[in-house]
Amino acid sequence: MNRYPMWKYATLLVALLVALIYTLPNFFPEAPAVQISSGKATLKIDPSLVPRVERVLTEAGLKPDFVRFEGASVKARFDDLDSQRKAKDALSKALNPDPDDTPYIVALNLLSRSPSWLSALHALPMFLGLDLRGGVYFLMQVDMKSALVKKAESLTGDIRTLLRDKNIRHTGISRDGNNVAVRFRDTETLVAARNLLLNQLPDLQWLDSADGTDFRLVGSLKPEAARAVQTTAITQNITTLHNRVNELGVAEPVIQQQGQDRVVVQLPGVQDTAKAKDIIGRTATLELRMVDESAEARAAASGTGPVPFGTERYVERGGAPLIVKRQVVLTGDSLTDAQPGFDSQTQEPVVNLTLDAKGARIIKDVSRENVGKRMAILLFEKGKGEVITAPVIRSELGSRIQISGRMTTAEANDNALLLRAGSLAAPMDIIEERTIGPSLGAENISKGFNSVIFGFAAIALFMCVYYQLFGIISTLALGFNLLLLVALLSMLQATLTLPGIAAIALTLGMAIDANVLINERVREELRSGSAPQVAINMGYERAWATILDSNVTTLIAGVALLTFGSGPVRGFAIVHTLGILTSMFSAVVFSRGLVNLWYGRQKRLKGVSIGQVWRPQNSVPAKG
Amino acid sequence: MEFFRIRRDIPFMRHALVLNIVSVVTFLAAVFFLATRGLHFSIEFTGGTVIEAAYSHAADINKVRTAVEKLNLGEVQVQNFGSSRDVLIRVPVAPGVKQSDVVSRVFAELCRAEAGTLSDAAPSASSGESATRQTCTASGAEPVRLQRSEVVGPQVGRELAEDGAKALAFVVAGIMIYLAFRFEWKFSVAAIVANLHDVVIILGFFAFFQWEFSLSVLAAVLAVLGYSVNESVVIFDRIREAFRRFRKMTTREVIDHAITSTISRTIITHGCTQMMVLSMLIFGGQTLHYFAVALTIGILFGIYSSVFVAAAIAMWLGVKREDLVKAGPKEIDPDDPNAGAVV
Repeated sequence: MNRYPMWKYATLLVALLVALIYTLPNFFPEAPAVQISSGKATLKIDPSLVPRVERVLTEAGLKPDFVRFEGASVKARFDDLDSQRKAKDALSKALNPDPDDTPYIVALNLLSRSPSWLSALHALPMFLGLDLRGGVYFLMQVDMKSALVKKAESLTGDIRTLLRDKNIRHTGISRDGNNVAVRFRDTETLVAARNLLLNQLPDLQWLDSADGTDFRLVGSLKPEAARAVQTTAITQNITTLHNRVNELGVAEPVIQQQGQDRVVVQLPGVQDTAKAKDIIGRTATLELRMVDESAEARAAASGTGPVPFGTERYVERGGAPLIVKRQVVLTGDSLTDAQPGFDSQTQEPVVNLTLDAKGARIIKDVSRENVGKRMAILLFEKGKGEVITAPVIRSELGSRIQISGRMTTAEANDNALLLRAGSLAAPMDIIEERTIGPSLGAENISKGFNSVIFGFAAIALFMCVYYQLFGIISTLALGFNLLLLVALLSMLQATLTLPGIAAIALTLGMAIDANVLINERVREELRSGSAPQVAINMGYERAWATILDSNVTTLIAGVALLTFGSGPVRGFAIVHTLGILTSMFSAVVFSRGLVNLWYGRQKRLKGVSIGQVWRPQNSVPAKG
Repeated sequence: MEFFRIRRDIPFMRHALVLNIVSVVTFLAAVFFLATRGLHFSIEFTGGTVIEAAYSHAADINKVRTAVEKLNLGEVQVQNFGSSRDVLIRVPVAPGVKQSDVVSRVFAELCRAEAGTLSDAAPSASSGESATRQTCTASGAEPVRLQRSEVVGPQVGRELAEDGAKALAFVVAGIMIYLAFRFEWKFSVAAIVANLHDVVIILGFFAFFQWEFSLSVLAAVLAVLGYSVNESVVIFDRIREAFRRFRKMTTREVIDHAITSTISRTIITHGCTQMMVLSMLIFGGQTLHYFAVALTIGILFGIYSSVFVAAAIAMWLGVKREDLVKAGPKEIDPDDPNAGAVV
């Protein structure tokens, strides 16, 4: 009865092997590395940078372990700190020859020394949380109210234009909180206006009310439209934050949405909150300017003449120089949205821009006078401008502008992103901020590690002495649980924090309960006179129901922490919950496997090594 | 080795009244201290700023205090943290103080008190990871260093407190529903009363000693709640089993038998968990200190309450054999090897 079929042993062996492989990368120390990432919104890093980096390093006489393209950056790993520093200097000099214009960010980083076959299996070490690594954490609150107000503002302009175009007379349009109110003298115009607006602005719902002698039509955003506004606002803010954070030269920044209206920013390695805040709070600006297409300007662009007075020379994305007038037609403040899309007739990729009422008026006048000419859209970052695109004006423009021509879908996406990247969709406030020094992080690692090791050792010692062979098996099962848990966390690429380590310790301390239950049950069966094989079987069977019950209650607490917890508590809850699940497998299935392997084959089993089983009736204590 | 050589069932329930009075007294004391002293909430719940600074020499607390008080930031607390070189400064949320620059202002002031100058340090080369930070230098040395800082806005604190309360409610409801399904409502009420009484006692300790109640302590409290309910479940499981097996025993005897037969497991399990927690208490440092303290209290009272309180309450509530063993006569399982063998 105490035998497992072969497939069960095989499953256990596979689980053990997989757990070992995925735990392994965590044991390799970290090696110094250099990471090259984009320092500009307009520059995208691709694998073609790898040979260039390799060339620079060979010229500098450095031998990296590897140069690899990963995510959105190129990483090169070195043996020692000295070559890391030399490599950083060499790469900075080669990639950013002009100290005022730094398209690439060359940052120091640490990479695991784990061999490449492990990385090929996606067996990567766990991320270390900021409390173990040192760094800055910001929690930012996006002011959604102002995003909605901004939207209402722009709708006000749209409504005004719409009514004017259709010659519907109104006596005033005003914004009232997040709502738009339009007044009319009589009901006929109101009905006409309502029909038009319902048709043209599907995002709004309308309510009419009498207001003294006037008739009033109040429009409010539909809930789903309001939600869309908020989602766009937060994604745009995250994009903008990414661009700004890049400038800090942080190797692995984390920028994530949390909840409906919050953004988490984690900057490992950064200690200087003041500078980080300064950069996060800065705005990049977007400007629309006319392109100078006179003969002198053409000459200047091709490099044969001087740049005419009142113009500037910029490089268009893709390389061609362009002479742009200094006079600014519009700034990014007027741009409310930019989305990639497709032209309804030609099906070619386009970027749709939406301007607010003020911007629409200006662009209407300017475009009327400049049909056939080019207008440049410039993005200024760190005081440096760059032309994102310079389309030709085909006709008079309004609040909605379509940029089309010579774009792939990917380019349209990029352009839309860049156009939005200029500014924050809604202002943000820092509502939580944490800084952890790197030495404190290292200290936390060793403290957490020691807690687990010594606690584990104490439990193992006790179990082995008290339950003998069954204690050794229980300890092995507990070790297997630890292995499984670490492997699972590594597979999920979870972030390990100090509360997470505490959860590992606590979970191990609780997981031994299952084995104690089993061992006590087996002893009890032996005490009541069962044969050893029967006792083992009954012990496991009877304990199982109790183990299941008790783990469910612990699991309920874990899930509650996971649902309602935030920050450090979440880290604790994830590890705790996973640990409970792995403990059921290791404590019951794995330990049973070991017991079966040891005792299962012996037909006439005389005794079980489970420590002394004391019988109240019998004066001779039967030794196992 | 066998620690528990118990000849016959220990009549725990004979002392149920005394034990329950002990619980009620501790419980009331805990409630009293919670009401009069209140919990000393960490800034995670109240909002505010915490700054941990490490000095290269033993820190002069009074000097630090006068330096920080110059900034008029409200009621600032300055104390040693861990060792004599580490100082912890707590700044509450105060009207008219811009929270976002409290840290840099305080650090600048600390630096000035040490006659140092602030500068942005180059990447620290020793770790091989880029790390820029503000450093305070005075004649070539670094007298004070910013170890850690934490700024929490008041609205975040309020939310955390609300979420904590929700989590507690969720755990209580979840466990009650589960136990009601698995056993019977009387058991679920008994288990929850017993374990909530643990929670209140842990909180009472924190109120009495004015230990800092932080998010990690809350996590410990909830983990303990789930964990010590285990204990009650194990005992209830045995009670049900004993009701089935020993048909002649009274409820009181059944409960005594259940507790006696699980006492060794209870103590060994909790002892093991406690060893782990003790290891955290000893090696885990300041950050895990109160977490481990809360767990320790929770585990110790957890044993007591689930053994003596939960079962006793179930008994007062009038648990009967019929509650657990449904449809009496059919329950005798012909395949049960113990059916006829036991007395």
